Amino acid sequence: MAKREYSFYPGCSSQKGSSSSNYLISVQTMCDELDIQLNEIPDWNCCSASIGYSGGGELPRLALSARNIALSEQHNPGQEIVASCAACWLATRETAERLDEDDSLMAEANQALAEGGLKLKNETPIKHMCEVMVEDVGYDEIKSKVKKPLEGIKIAGYVGCQTNRPFGIAGESFENPLYLDNLVDSLGGDSIPTYEKKVQCCGGALAFSEPEKSQELIKGIIEAAYDHGADMIVTPCPVCQMNVEVFQDQINDTYGTKFKMPVVYYSTLMSVAFGRSAKEAALEGQVIPAKKLEELAK
Amino acid sequence: MSDLNTAMIEKYRTSFLNEVEANVEEGEWVKMCMQCGVCSGSCPLGKFWDHPPQEIFMMIRAGKRDQVLESESMWMCTSCYSCISRCPRGLPITHIMHGLAHYAKRLGIAPKGQPTLKFSQLYWDNLVKKGRVNELKLGMSLYFMNGFGEGVKTALKMKDIGMGMMKAKRMSPVEMVGGHSVKDLSGFHKMIKKAQELEDARIAQHGRK
Repeated sequence: MAKREYSFYPGCSSQKGSSSSNYLISVQTMCDELDIQLNEIPDWNCCSASIGYSGGGELPRLALSARNIALSEQHNPGQEIVASCAACWLATRETAERLDEDDSLMAEANQALAEGGLKLKNETPIKHMCEVMVEDVGYDEIKSKVKKPLEGIKIAGYVGCQTNRPFGIAGESFENPLYLDNLVDSLGGDSIPTYEKKVQCCGGALAFSEPEKSQELIKGIIEAAYDHGADMIVTPCPVCQMNVEVFQDQINDTYGTKFKMPVVYYSTLMSVAFGRSAKEAALEGQVIPAKKLEELAK
Repeated sequence: MSDLNTAMIEKYRTSFLNEVEANVEEGEWVKMCMQCGVCSGSCPLGKFWDHPPQEIFMMIRAGKRDQVLESESMWMCTSCYSCISRCPRGLPITHIMHGLAHYAKRLGIAPKGQPTLKFSQLYWDNLVKKGRVNELKLGMSLYFMNGFGEGVKTALKMKDIGMGMMKAKRMSPVEMVGGHSVKDLSGFHKMIKKAQELEDARIAQHGRK
């Protein structure tokens, strides 16, 4: 039996052929190495992230996450829900809190769920994978698994928004969280605790609807990493990862910059440091290759 | 002007604040704003808002109904939660902005052609169809949301990004046919339909709360 097990909500972007499928691969490798068993919530649905609000009113949106929690309570009883995606975690936890505070909304959510033969008890803690790493596993155990320290690699910890606000990691501040930096240090890399853009918004979903405005924000995030001499940026969020990685050519065209900054997930860093292969760390999922990690993973 | 909008003007003639409290998600918080301006100063796209959140709250209390609901402002929210985490009085500002945007859209008076309004609607329609987001179809509908000609231009501009994602196996043409879905699609659709009916009934009868 695995040392730890959780009810796992991977989310839409983690699916095969989707934008953070590389995240899921490296999360699985990381958890495998730490003896963590992830039991996927059967038939989970989209959480509506934070952008479905034009078409989706309050109750229809809450019903989405209520269905996922109900499915988890039915099929993975007694297990804490863990989401690897920031938006999935936020929407699920927000729903649990909103329904806990409002009995009439809770009753209506259950009326809607009953149409699909489900019932929500709403008694399940909802965690982000970073909480599992920092709070449940801890830096010491992570350190003990390192086979290939990330020596001499300078990494800017970009926490972003939704992994950090409004819930965040216990004991960390919203304005200057340090857990990604501590994680980088635990893996033997060089962290940059004074990376000033660590909680700056990348534009989120507005990177698609308002590309110019968002790319101005993204430019600042990358520029600051270069100013600190970073070799790469690490992030826990699929939207942050994609926005900061894939628009660099367009930003270069607009601003005359020469950005080519790899942006990786913490799970990729951990998989490489734990001595796993480039494939298992999902390094081939980089649009901008993380060459220093590739060399290490050889 | 929609019937619902006319009905709401009639019903809340004397107080836009009451209308917001009764009909907008988390609207009951609006009167708690103490006008410090931290939300406006914290907003990453703050400079693009016609009226930043602090102003929106004051305008609601001053009865500036059309100026608020027809504004593009709320549609600039990136859901970064900076305002929520910094508000000294704990107003759920992000949710109020989403709530105002949704309410304006529901009344049919949200700004026409607002890109985030369009994207937000496309996202919702996309996820409701199969229970899971189909990123490829969402991307294509986004490119073509302003018509075919502009769509082709956008698609060409995004071509290199698409190729990069495809090469990294983070985008797949297979998604265009079929694609990912929940298995109990009928149960899922019944749930959404019921939730929508309950919400409509609540709003029609007594306001939201």
